[in-house]
Amino acid sequence: MTARRWSDDARSSFAKGLRLGVPFALVGGLLSLSFAVLALQAGFSVAQAIVTSVIVFAGSAQFAMLSVLVGGGGIAAALTASGLMNSRFLAMGIALAPSLPGGPVKRAAQGQAVVDASWALANRGDGTFDRWLLFGTTLPQYVTWTLGSVIGAVFGGSLGDTDRLGLDAIYPTFFLALLIAELRDRASRGVAIAGGLLALALVPIAPPGVPILAASVVALVGLARRPSSRCRPPRSGCSSWPARC
Amino acid sequence: MLIVACAVLTAVIKGFGPVLLGGRELPAWFSRVIILIAPALLSALVVTSVLALGKTWAVGAHTVGVAVAGVMLWRRLPLVLCVAVAVGVTALLRASF
Repeated sequence: MTARRWSDDARSSFAKGLRLGVPFALVGGLLSLSFAVLALQAGFSVAQAIVTSVIVFAGSAQFAMLSVLVGGGGIAAALTASGLMNSRFLAMGIALAPSLPGGPVKRAAQGQAVVDASWALANRGDGTFDRWLLFGTTLPQYVTWTLGSVIGAVFGGSLGDTDRLGLDAIYPTFFLALLIAELRDRASRGVAIAGGLLALALVPIAPPGVPILAASVVALVGLARRPSSRCRPPRSGCSSWPARC
Repeated sequence: MLIVACAVLTAVIKGFGPVLLGGRELPAWFSRVIILIAPALLSALVVTSVLALGKTWAVGAHTVGVAVAGVMLWRRLPLVLCVAVAVGVTALLRASF
């Protein structure tokens, strides 16, 4: 595996990832900017706001942490909220695992490249992932995520009220774009609707983050969809899998 | 302190799946479930961010902004444009009410 680290396939996947990552990187930069501005308002120093984005690099977790702090919650509550928000990366990491080579340390390191957009784009739709596409898509997003927070933290003080600017519409639009790309067939559409409804139903009764995690349980309907024995997730051909199975 | 703890927690969560499963080939039923996790999670993220505030159901100007952007995304317009419209509509609505 290591000898062919930079095969042509890997190189073209990485380059494709870089290209695909650019729109998400632009939006992510704006999102990160709005994070830094909100963090300053919540009492973070300029350095703290920037360092958070550099070392955490997980939008929803950062916003979850921040909203708990703003809401008067303590450090433990803020950490719990960010952890729960991040728990989807657990599911994503498990999905990605069979597509990663190497020992535990290398695999864990590769797992760090998972962010929502990259994971969704690297998903081949047959249960496997293109890891170089994942790395390529993540790179520009990391760069702009850092830049956005630097700009937000340095100039945020002069922006005033970010609610007024409508920056909170960025985040859901970002995820909506990823969702639409995932709606390949009737099963995925059904699961999307059911997952959304379940999350919404849990909002009033579950702690922040839990409704989102709980929605992933809906994916277990995949167990019930028994394919005929001849139809399995192929490495090639049968492009309509799992729609036809 | 909180920032570092949050970073470590995030790294552990991201690393856990890949280490735990150690590159084994997984059965087909597992793949089918995995494929469906993405739409379930993404849908939940979108829905809770536009239709809920804290522990209550709520809509706001951003709900409208994101809905407009959603129609544009469905029509395959570029993401950056859609986001700009979402932000613009939201800001306009907030300015006029």
